[in-house]
Formats: sequence, structure tokens, C-alpha cells
Amino acid sequence: MATRNPYEALGVKPEASEAEIRNAYRKLAKRFHPDLNPGNKEAEARFKEIASAYDLLSDKDKRARFDRGEIDEAGQERPRAYAYRGFAEGEPGAKYHAAEGIEPEDLDDILAMFGRGARGGAGIRMRGPDRHYTLTVAFLDAVNGARRRLTLPDKSLDVTIPAGVRDGHVLRLKEQGGPGLGGGPPGDALIEVRIEPHRFFRREGDDIHLELPVTLGEAVLGGRVTVPTTSGTVTMTIPPGSNTGTVLRLKGRGVPRPDGSRGDQYVTLKLVLPEGGDKEFADFLREWAPKHPYDPRRGMEAP
Amino acid sequence: MITFEAVCVVADLEPAELEAWIHERWVLPESGSAGWVFQEVDVARIHLIKEMKHDLAINEEAMPVVLQLLDQVYALRRRLKEVSAAIEALPPETRAALLSRLKEPPEC
Repeated sequence: MATRNPYEALGVKPEASEAEIRNAYRKLAKRFHPDLNPGNKEAEARFKEIASAYDLLSDKDKRARFDRGEIDEAGQERPRAYAYRGFAEGEPGAKYHAAEGIEPEDLDDILAMFGRGARGGAGIRMRGPDRHYTLTVAFLDAVNGARRRLTLPDKSLDVTIPAGVRDGHVLRLKEQGGPGLGGGPPGDALIEVRIEPHRFFRREGDDIHLELPVTLGEAVLGGRVTVPTTSGTVTMTIPPGSNTGTVLRLKGRGVPRPDGSRGDQYVTLKLVLPEGGDKEFADFLREWAPKHPYDPRRGMEAP
Repeated sequence: MITFEAVCVVADLEPAELEAWIHERWVLPESGSAGWVFQEVDVARIHLIKEMKHDLAINEEAMPVVLQLLDQVYALRRRLKEVSAAIEALPPETRAALLSRLKEPPEC
């Protein structure tokens, strides 16, 4: 460690008197004594320098030899065998703590001593941490809303799933998270909603999409059919001459919105021939088809 | 375990001076069958008091105040270490939240 000239270390002139040197040392030692500054490494280093400078300059003989250049300022460090700070904080020091009337304090008081700001006294009141959970919700529960119980290791939470909730939405349950510190409120429970897919409903925004199989007769001749919606079945009219891919709209039969309105349900028709074929129909087509040619693949030729 | 006589030699103190400190309760040795018995912490404290009194010119009137404040500092540091240990044992998210709160500038 680079050591400063002892006069500089004590901030005195080379011609300073013994009394001046002693006073300078006292002033600096009171400020930097490591037992008076526990845990302050800078003070400790500074004190070493001050003490070794004082050791040299307070000894008339050593000072004279230093002034004549016979010895240098290095190697004058006084060994300090008795560092009070080394004991004071540990178990052996406890009797002096007790002697001064320091009672064990509870955590709140100790945290208050961190002093939130110079005004002090405010203490640390800390909100607990938020906790994150995932809740898997059935498709129809997400559309219509539901109440679910989320069972956690330490508690169970009743979760209200709002109607129309979207996949990935995060529900916040106030003060159901981790406990607070120092009397602070608990954190929140944040519950991410995952919506399971449905067997035949599909959701796009606030609209529901459904593929509805229809018979050849219903498609060609039209008719009334029952259609499932997320809120029960409704009757829908299929216009004559409908086709696979024809889309019909059921207004207001989609997902509820926060403002009370609802999206729509779109029904895409899918023509389904009778299972196993039908001989009578096949015979009819053998007659009919050659007389009524049409090309549904018009415009699909490769460029 | 160090005897009264040994402490006076080690610390280079007049027995009367050390006796006075004990009566003032600046130093708290235990009473053994053969008189006072000192621990290492007591000897270190005696060295510190001597240094403060003789080198730093802290007089008899000021010494109790200095010692009382010093004892409070060490008691607090000890308690603080216990708090630190308790913080160490917290769940990581709580610990991180607490540490980040402690780093925030104080409210004003």
C-alpha cells in the first residue's frame, strides 16, 4: 500500500510542534478510529495511515531520523492486536448491549430503523409479492362466465371468470398474493386464463364460428334446422340452393362484450351425402348429370 | 479467562484506573472465586477505552456517552446481521422485492 508522507497524513507542516502533531492525530483518530466506524473499510485504511504517521512523528528519535532521511515512512504500522469491533458485534459483545438497555426488538422496529428518509420513523411497510397462476377454463365457461375454485398449496381462491374473457387474459385478485412485510398489504394473485378448445365451436374475437353439416335436401331445397350456439340451440332457416361453404350469420349469438352487446355466430354449411350412398339418387344422377354439365373448377387451371 | 493483574500488565494500566472503570461499569468482568475474570472482549474494550482516554483525549465526562452510543451501534449492527440472515432465508421473489425497495430513494 502506498503510504503518504507522515506529515501529509496528519495534515501538519514539517516544522509542526509536538502538541500540534498530537492535536492533529486526535482530531483525525476520533473521526476515523475503526472501532468507532465499524464496517467502514475506508475509515480503517485511513486510520492505519494516521496511526502509523503518528507513531513515527510522536517519537522524537524516530521523527529526527525520518527528517534526516535515515528511515522512510513505510513499515511503521503499529500492530493492533485488540480490535474491539471484532468482538463487539458477536456473542461476546452482547453483555455490553444489554448493559446499555437495548432490548431485543421486533422486526417492525428494526426495519423502521432503516429509516425511510431523513424524517425517520416511517419504517418499511412493504407490499407482498404478486403471485402468478394459470387457470385452464372450458370454452363455454370462458364465453358464458363461471366461478371456479383454484386450489393452491396454502389456500384456495374463488375465481370469478367474467363472461367473454379472452385467452391469455390475466385476472387480478387483490391482496391474495404473498404476505406483506412490516404490516404492509399482501401482494395480488395474478391468474392467467387459458381457454380450452371446443369440439365444434371456434372463436375469433367476439364472434363464434361453427361448421354445420346439412343434408343434400336441406341444401338444395332449403329448410329449418336447429343449430347449437354457446347459449343453447336456435332454429335457423337455410335458404334453397345453399352450398358447402355458404356462410350464414346468427346476429347477436356470439361472445358477450363488456358493454352488454354480443358478437355474432357464423355458420358455415357443409354438405354431407347420405352414408353408404343411395342407389336411387345415383340412378337419377346418371340421367341428370350429362344433361346439366357445369364446371366447378373453372379458373383453377395451372397458369 | 484473564485475571485483573494480567489485564493491567497487558494493557499497561494502573490497577486503580482499571478499578475505577469497572466501578463506572465501562467494563463488565465476571466475578470469579479469585476475583474479577476478563474475557477477550473485555480486554479489547479496555484497550479501546484506554486509547480513547489517553490518545484521543476523550475525558471522563464524555466517556459514558461515547460508550453508550458505541454499544448501541454494535447492538444495532448485530441485530442488522440477524435481519440480513432472515432476509437471506426469504423466498427469492420476496427477497428481491425487499432489496429493490431498500435501494429506492427515500420518500419525501
